[in-house]
Amino acid sequence: MTEPVLSVRNLRVAFANRRGTLTAIDDVSFDIARGEILGVVGESGAGKSVTGSAVIGLIDPPGGIVGGEVRLQGERIDTLSPEAMRRIRGRRIGMIFQDPLTSLNPLYRVGRQLIETIRTHTDLSEKAARGRAIDLLAEVGIPAPERRIDGYPHEFSGGMRQRVVIALALAAEPELIIADEPTTALDVSVQAQIIALLKRLGTERGTAVMLVTHDMGVIAEAADRVAVMYSGRIAEIGPVRDVVTNPLHPYAKGLMGAIPTLAQETDRLAQIPGSMPRLSAIPKGCAFHPRCPSAFTRCVVERPNPIAVGAHQVACHLYDRSEASAA
Amino acid sequence: MNAPVRTRDAAYVEIEGLRRTFDVSRPWLNRMIERQPRQILRAVDGVAFTIRRGETFALVGESGSGKSTVARMVVGLLPPTGGDVRITGISMTDPRQAVERRRLRRRIQMIFQDPYASMNPRWRVRRIVAEPIRAFNLIQGEAAITGRVGELLTLVGLHPDDGAKYPHEFSGGQRQRVAIARALASEAEFLVGDEPTSALDVSVQAQILNLMRDLQDRLGLTYLFISHNLAVVRHMASRIGVMYLGRVVEIADGRALFTAPKHPYTRMLLDAVPDIGMTGRQRIPVSGEIPNPIDPPSGCAFNPRCPFAKERCRTEVPELIEGVACHAFQERRLPL
Ligand SMILES: Nc1ncnc2c1ncn2[C@@H]1O[C@H](COP(=O)(O)OP(=O)(O)O)[C@@H](O)[C@H]1O
Ligand SMILES: Nc1ncnc2c1ncn2[C@@H]1O[C@H](COP(=O)(O)OP(=O)(O)O)[C@@H](O)[C@H]1O
Ligand code: SF4
Ligand SMILES: [Mg+2]
Ligand SMILES: [Mg+2]
Repeated sequence: MTEPVLSVRNLRVAFANRRGTLTAIDDVSFDIARGEILGVVGESGAGKSVTGSAVIGLIDPPGGIVGGEVRLQGERIDTLSPEAMRRIRGRRIGMIFQDPLTSLNPLYRVGRQLIETIRTHTDLSEKAARGRAIDLLAEVGIPAPERRIDGYPHEFSGGMRQRVVIALALAAEPELIIADEPTTALDVSVQAQIIALLKRLGTERGTAVMLVTHDMGVIAEAADRVAVMYSGRIAEIGPVRDVVTNPLHPYAKGLMGAIPTLAQETDRLAQIPGSMPRLSAIPKGCAFHPRCPSAFTRCVVERPNPIAVGAHQVACHLYDRSEASAA
Repeated sequence: MNAPVRTRDAAYVEIEGLRRTFDVSRPWLNRMIERQPRQILRAVDGVAFTIRRGETFALVGESGSGKSTVARMVVGLLPPTGGDVRITGISMTDPRQAVERRRLRRRIQMIFQDPYASMNPRWRVRRIVAEPIRAFNLIQGEAAITGRVGELLTLVGLHPDDGAKYPHEFSGGQRQRVAIARALASEAEFLVGDEPTSALDVSVQAQILNLMRDLQDRLGLTYLFISHNLAVVRHMASRIGVMYLGRVVEIADGRALFTAPKHPYTRMLLDAVPDIGMTGRQRIPVSGEIPNPIDPPSGCAFNPRCPFAKERCRTEVPELIEGVACHAFQERRLPL
C-alpha cells in the first residue's frame, strides 16, 4: 500500500474579521507516509499551527477551511461532521501540544486519563486497560510506571508530563500524530529524549507524525522530510537532509544561514532584512519578495507555484526553467 | 562616546564566591501545622569568574541553573547572600564604595528577554530613549537631546523618525533595538543581556546578534551574555561558563569548550543539542533530568546522572580547578 496516511491538497484556511477575510493558509499541499515524520518549520505566524489545526478539524469559527481537501488513508475528513471528526481525533489522530497541561486534567490521576482513553477506543476491560496504560508509560520512558500511574499531573516534571501526553496520544494507536511544538518548553537535554521517543514511534509503530516546530535543529534531528512555511505557504519541501544542507528557496537559504550552529564559527550570521508580513499585508506575487535578495520583476506580480527540483519542491520563480532569466 | 579602551586584558568584572539563597518555605502557619522545616533554595552557590574589558563572557545552562540570578546580582538588582561583584574594582556591595558605585551605575545596563516589560507603553520611543540622558543629565537642551536620540536610533538600525512611535507599534526585534538604544543612551560600557534573543524568530535573532557584535566592535563594549542556547553562545562569546544547579561546572574559551568539552555535564549538554549540520557525529544519549533545586544531590550535583561518578562524587563538592569542577577530571579518569 502506497496510500499516504495523510494527504493535504490545496488547503486554504481563512479567518473572518471586521474588515473582511484574512487568508492564513494559502494553497498548501503535502503528504505524510506511514512511519514518516514530516517536519513543518517556519517563523512565528507562518501558519504551522493553523495547518495542524485544519488537519484535525479544530479551527473555530469565524475561521475555517475555505478550499482544498484533507484525506486520512484516502478518505476525506475535512467534510465530516464535527461529531464524526471528534471520533477521529484521539482514535485515529493523536495530538501533542507545547504545553502538556492543556492535554491533562489536573484533577485526575494520569492512569485514570490513560485508562479512560484506552477504554473509549478499544474494548479492553478496566484491568487490561490498566496493564496497557502501564506498558505505554514504560514505552515513553517513565521510570517505575506501576507506581507513577497513580500520580497526578502536577507531580511530574515538565519533561515527564510531556511523556505522559505522548502516552495518551498513543493510547488508541492512532495512524497519525500531530505534534505542535512538543519540545519548545523543554530544556535541551529533555528535548533530546522526547525527539528520540518521537522517532521511535515511526520506526516501531509505523505512526505517521506531523512535527510542527520553529526549531530547525529539532527538524534536522527528527524529521524525514521537511516543509518550510512562509506567510501561509510552503516555500520548500523535501527530504530533510537535502533541505537542511542544500536549501534552494531564498527564504530557506536565509533561514539556514541565520541559525548559529555548534559546528562552525562565523563572524556574521546571514541576515534576512525585515520580518514576516502580517496576514492583512501579505505582498502580491511571491510573499517573500520584499525581503528576497534575488527578487526580480516576475516575483512582484506573479505568485510562484511549487516546482520540482531534484527531490525538492520549491515555490520560487528562480527555478522555473521555462523562464529565460531563471538561475 | 565611551571611555577609550584601556588595556584589553584588564579584568573589568571580577566575581568571587557569589551566593544567593531564596527562602521558599511555605507560610509559617502551614509549616507549623504540617511540621515542615524551612526550605532554602540555593540559586547561586559559590560562583566565580572574571570578564575582561571588551570581551563577551557567556553563561549557559538549562533553566533554573541560576543564570538570571547571577545577572541580577552583577547589575546590582539583587543583593548577594555572600561573595562579591567588583566592576572596575568597585564593589557592588561594600557600603564604603556607595559613592563610586553610584557613578558607575549608568555604565552598566541590562537587556532583558522581553523588552516590552521594561518600557512605559504610553511613552513615545524618543522619550524612552531620552530618559537616561535626562536622568543623568548627560546632555543639556532639547535640540541636543533630540539629536542624540536620533543618533542612537540610527546606531541600532532604526530611523530617527521611529522616535515618534509607541513601543507597541514595533515588532519584537525592533523593540529589542529600542532597548539597546536606551541602554547606550546612558553611555553604558557594560551590557548584561539575559536571553536577549530567546523570544525572537531566528531571522530576527540574527539581526540582533549581528547588531550586538557590531556595537561591541565600534564602542568597545563589554558583554555578559546569558542564554540557554549553546549555538547562540558559541557565536557570541569569547569565554563561556557552564552552569548546573547554581554552580559553574566549567569555564573555557569558546572554541575549547565546543571542540574539547571536559566536564561530563558539558559533554552531555553538547550531545543533546540537535545536530543541525547533520554531521552524524557520535553522541551519547541523554539520561535523567535536572534534580529538584530545593533538595539537590549531595557532593557533585551532577552525580546521579554522571557516567563517571564514584563514591567521592556523592559526598564531596568538586572545586573549580583548571576551569573544571569535577572529581573524575581531577583524578584524570575522564576519557579524552
Ligand atoms: N483564530 C485566529 N483568528 C485570526 N487569525 C489567526 C487565528 N489563528 C491564527 N491566526 C493567524 O494565522 C497566522 C498563522 O498562525 P499560526 O498557524 O499560529 O502560526 P505559527 O506558524 O506560528 O504556528 C498568523 O498570522 C495568525 O495571527
Ligand atoms: N525570587 C525567587 N524566589 C524563589 N526562587 C527563585 C527566585 N528567583 C530564582 N529562584 C530560583 O532560583 C533558581 C535559579 O533561577 P534562575 O536564576 O532564574 O535560573 P536560570 O536563569 O538559569 O533559568 C531556580 O530554581 C529558581 O526557581
Ligand atoms: S564530579 Fe563526579 S559526578 Fe560530578 S561530573 Fe565529575 S565525575 Fe561526574
Ligand atoms: Mg504555532
Ligand atoms: Mg533565566
